[in-house]
Amino acid sequence: MSELRNQVMWNRLISIVEEQALALVRTAFSTSVREAGDLSAGVYDTRGRMIAQAVTGTPGHVNTMAAAVVNFIEDIGHHQIYEGDSYITNDPWKGTGHLHDFTLVNPVFRKGTLIGFFACTAHVVDVGGRGFGPDATEVYEEGLYVPIMKFANRGVVNEDLLNIVRHNVREAGQVVGDLYSLSGCNDTGARRLHAMLDEFGIDDLEELAEFIFDRTAIATRESITALPPGIYTNTMRVDGYNETIDLAVTLTVTKDDIHADFAGTSPTCANGVNVPLTYAHAYFSYAMLVALAPEMPSNWASLAAFTVSAPEGCILNAKHPQPVAVRHVTGHFVTDLCLGAIADVLPDVIPAEGSGALWNFQVSARASDPTSDLPPREVLMFNSGGTGARPALDGINSTAFPSGVRTMPAEATEQSGPVIVWRKELRPGSGGVGRQRGGLGQVIEIGPAIGYQITVSCMFDRVANPARGRHGGGEGAPGAVHLDDDTPFDAKGKQAVPDGHTLVLELPGGGGLGDPAGRDPDASANDAAQGYVT
Amino acid sequence: MSLRIGADVGGTFTDVVLDADGQLHSTKVLTTYDAPEQGILDGVDTVVAEAGVDLANLDTFIHGTTLATNALIGRTGARTALVTTDGFRDTIEMRTESRFEQYDLNLVLPTPLIERKDRHVLHERIGADGTVLRPFDDDEARALIDLLIDRPEEEAYESIAVGFLHAYVDGSHERRFRDLLLERIPDIAVSISSEVSPQMREFERFNTVCANAYIQPLMASYLRRLEDQLHATGARCPVYLIHSGGGLLDVDAAIRFPVRLVESGPAGGAIFAADIAARHDLDRVLSYDMGGTTAKICLIEDQTPRTAKTFEVARTHRFTKGSGMPISIPVIEMIEIGAGGGSIASVDGLGQIRVGPLSAGSEPGPASYGLGGTEPTVTDANLVLGRLSAETFGAPDIDLDDAAARRALDVSISDQLGLEARTAAIGVVEVVDENMANAARVHAVENGKDVSAFTMIAFGGGAPIHAGRLCEKLGINELLIPPDAGVGSAIGFLRAPFAYEALRSHHATVDAFDHSAVNQMLAELANEARSFVSGAIASTGVNPSDVPLEVERWAYMRYAGQGWEIPVPVDEASFDLMGGELLANRFEKAYEEFFGRAISGLTIEAIGWSVRVTTPRPPVDRVERIGSARDLISECTRTLHDPATYETVEATVVARESLVAGDRLVGPAIVIETQTTTILSPRQQAVMQSDGCMLITPASIETEPEAGHP
Repeated sequence: MSELRNQVMWNRLISIVEEQALALVRTAFSTSVREAGDLSAGVYDTRGRMIAQAVTGTPGHVNTMAAAVVNFIEDIGHHQIYEGDSYITNDPWKGTGHLHDFTLVNPVFRKGTLIGFFACTAHVVDVGGRGFGPDATEVYEEGLYVPIMKFANRGVVNEDLLNIVRHNVREAGQVVGDLYSLSGCNDTGARRLHAMLDEFGIDDLEELAEFIFDRTAIATRESITALPPGIYTNTMRVDGYNETIDLAVTLTVTKDDIHADFAGTSPTCANGVNVPLTYAHAYFSYAMLVALAPEMPSNWASLAAFTVSAPEGCILNAKHPQPVAVRHVTGHFVTDLCLGAIADVLPDVIPAEGSGALWNFQVSARASDPTSDLPPREVLMFNSGGTGARPALDGINSTAFPSGVRTMPAEATEQSGPVIVWRKELRPGSGGVGRQRGGLGQVIEIGPAIGYQITVSCMFDRVANPARGRHGGGEGAPGAVHLDDDTPFDAKGKQAVPDGHTLVLELPGGGGLGDPAGRDPDASANDAAQGYVT
Repeated sequence: MSLRIGADVGGTFTDVVLDADGQLHSTKVLTTYDAPEQGILDGVDTVVAEAGVDLANLDTFIHGTTLATNALIGRTGARTALVTTDGFRDTIEMRTESRFEQYDLNLVLPTPLIERKDRHVLHERIGADGTVLRPFDDDEARALIDLLIDRPEEEAYESIAVGFLHAYVDGSHERRFRDLLLERIPDIAVSISSEVSPQMREFERFNTVCANAYIQPLMASYLRRLEDQLHATGARCPVYLIHSGGGLLDVDAAIRFPVRLVESGPAGGAIFAADIAARHDLDRVLSYDMGGTTAKICLIEDQTPRTAKTFEVARTHRFTKGSGMPISIPVIEMIEIGAGGGSIASVDGLGQIRVGPLSAGSEPGPASYGLGGTEPTVTDANLVLGRLSAETFGAPDIDLDDAAARRALDVSISDQLGLEARTAAIGVVEVVDENMANAARVHAVENGKDVSAFTMIAFGGGAPIHAGRLCEKLGINELLIPPDAGVGSAIGFLRAPFAYEALRSHHATVDAFDHSAVNQMLAELANEARSFVSGAIASTGVNPSDVPLEVERWAYMRYAGQGWEIPVPVDEASFDLMGGELLANRFEKAYEEFFGRAISGLTIEAIGWSVRVTTPRPPVDRVERIGSARDLISECTRTLHDPATYETVEATVVARESLVAGDRLVGPAIVIETQTTTILSPRQQAVMQSDGCMLITPASIETEPEAGHP
């Protein structure tokens, strides 16, 4: 009977962390939280091992979060943990990879005894410094750095910290609001947990945690057997910020675990596209889970099977004080890199390469006439190219992978700032050819609203290095960036769009898979009829 | 004498209820897919004969149907074209650019309702503030119309959807295109987004107008046929349709906006529960409807079901959020999960029992039906646990086979986990109950509510079996099982008011509040809603000006920067110079209710507005709560397994029809009736109420009034 009880409680724990995450989504201000699901929530045992995690939008927090709570316990100290406490950090190396992510951890006490923790992470609107972008050359420029400390001590909020935050960030009200939301959602989780423990008449999580870890460890090992033990390697070249980046991985597969080593990867660069190893680790773990164990719940035991290493100074193992603000631009490619390593042994599972990194950009709109009273505005847009073709399916058109980002409606974008989205539609012919076709990229055309000029901060990859096809499939179309009259526009950096012009972005397509000659004639006919191909 | 009929055409059954001066006669007939009106007419014959009344005296016929939903799911609508703004041809295909399932490499996004080759563009453009950025060109439009018409017979478009960018701000370009189109082909069906769904967010709005256009020809011909045939039988009354927001529309309005009929059956269930709530004077109710395939849960506060501005239909993947198509119309807000009597149980790679969302449906059905099903379902588990029995199962055609249920559980569950069949069955019902409890909790959290303070009203064939345990899991102390629960939705139709909700996106900040613009916009919405309601009232032969109408107004507000708006009630009085401040106060109060704490120093804005006009709810007969007058003791018992304690108990078995007001039944007990079975755990008791509802509470409540959670 304890078997059934444990199963039911496991289900309940997952529901509890989903509720915790939902409470956060509903109250967060950050665009990337609500549009990208850039948040995470989980419950931990007293040793900081993650027992359950909510399935949220983006894999970037998968095991950055799993590792974070151990750091909190270490830095706060076991003897300093009291009922009513709440801890905080945005340390990129102890949290989730950049200063914009705040992680809050609350201990849970029952009958006076510590029984575990709830933790959550969200990307806040601003952390001061230069603002969100790759331009800093040291993490000091990227904003306020809050080391692991108490956000609340025995129920009393640390007003000194809040005062510092208020005076160091733009949009202070929203950021402080988000910190309260984060801590509050942990409390929601704790309340639900107590109700569950009441119902089942138990007072700690120890036995349940062991049950979950045992089950998960066995199932994870079982999943890994799909890969024959051995060594698998892959390299991938991407555009990078100011110079080409080579990414390299060597996977060592044993019957119990998989280790990724990133030796051979290019060194760090001067700007904030460097990746703390914990973040690269997350996208590697995601690659393995999505390929081998898609049903596996994320917890300490499922993630323990996936370990990483990288030479210091390589771009996937940036160290303090290197800049890391937009680590996702490089980090998102880690998934395709690792999937590519096992593509030959799992030909029926692994897709071709896709557009990988998002084509997000920030538009700064300023009045054309400085004496007018039109206010300056910033507009952020999320956009995705095509995904790689799958062994039995075409790639997905203009859809994020591995990220879970949603786009914003053009109407909402235009309501929130003085820009006009003239075009946002599929880019015919951009999917790589193959038995299965790569997903199509998209074309975006954007210009200022009347009375404004715009500057666009570009951070676009796969312009020089398109997504590669697999098993005989063709490359996806590379991205392209230009003005409406075809004047070239740099894919990187901040540039003004000249008056009277619009900016055109052609997002890359996904790679194809298999010999194009083997494509189903009906599928080819449909491609032509719908105008998916040119 | 007042005679009213409600007819609910569902996936399996068509329910018909006749209300003759408060006396109900009901029947269930099989849905006739090819011509749903046939099943309705058969059912009408049955109830009319039973009541011994003359159809010619029928006052009202109220209808709800899954036909619209089925056409969207089965893609059996009209050949439809979309005409949209240049640059946005692929909006309904690109969706949100995200994957609804993070860990599925073989994810397939739903196919757009209208294929790319049937999507056409015009070079017009209206800006976010209503400025015309590119004028509408009549010549270009006429050329496109030529192209739309000039097609081979078998590819001819039957319906046209028009969706232009920012048409919710200014619909003039859409209307101009419609005028030109109708000038050329006067009888083609055409839907424009500024009328069907004037809400911001192009993917949702375009998809909604496409859905409306797609089902319009089908629904128009069906509704006209139904009307004709009803009248041919001698009925002279008007026909009304229940809409997804829970009100009634006349046939003409339903034909203009058939997309508002999507999900109308579940809306009837919510109205049914709201009516029971009103009779019992309950302000906080959770309605729980469980059928063969899904369970639906809805919050009903102040006897009014909660409504939303948008929902998702035709989910293609395990009822997963994001895997269906968004429809932006006013709708009774509920969550639906794949948990029903037919839900299939299995064991996953982690050795965990999983239930649903796949359902065995009615073919092959649960293993115990003996119709070829081999996979264990929730019904099979209930049978093995003694919660259902072959002797008393409702459907006369089905002879439940206990051994088959046990076999199926053994093969799929017990053998995998080394459990005996009974333990496996407990696992199955615990998991499905847990799934439903989790869904209910999450739904409550989304609305800032704590579900344990609510009363549950359970109906639908499966709900009374699971409701008792569900209440234990949710900490709910009051459960009502109404009479005639099996045809609850159709009864709900008879309780529905004439109502229409008009919605519009209109951006306003409280700091720079243009009260006259908002007043004007709200007046327009009120007029729009009022015209639909008045039209429907007029068709009953009553002068609409004699009917007092209730008006509810809502603003959908948030802190600037947030992505979620919360509904904020707005008084009927016009806004004045203090309007912004008033709204800000209202918002902060509502925000606190949702999230516990308002935030100071932030800009507050309203994004959307709605006005709902409704006929007043007729006064109901209040049901006074009665305590137990006598304990019911029955000689008849059955062995029952209690999933909470894993113990085996002897449960009293009684027939519901033998219970009279004041009877108290102490659990463990099983109450049997034609269409369902109610289970009381050893910790619960039921007291029969004067209106035939069973009130179920924890048995400890009376003796230990202070006891809270166990």
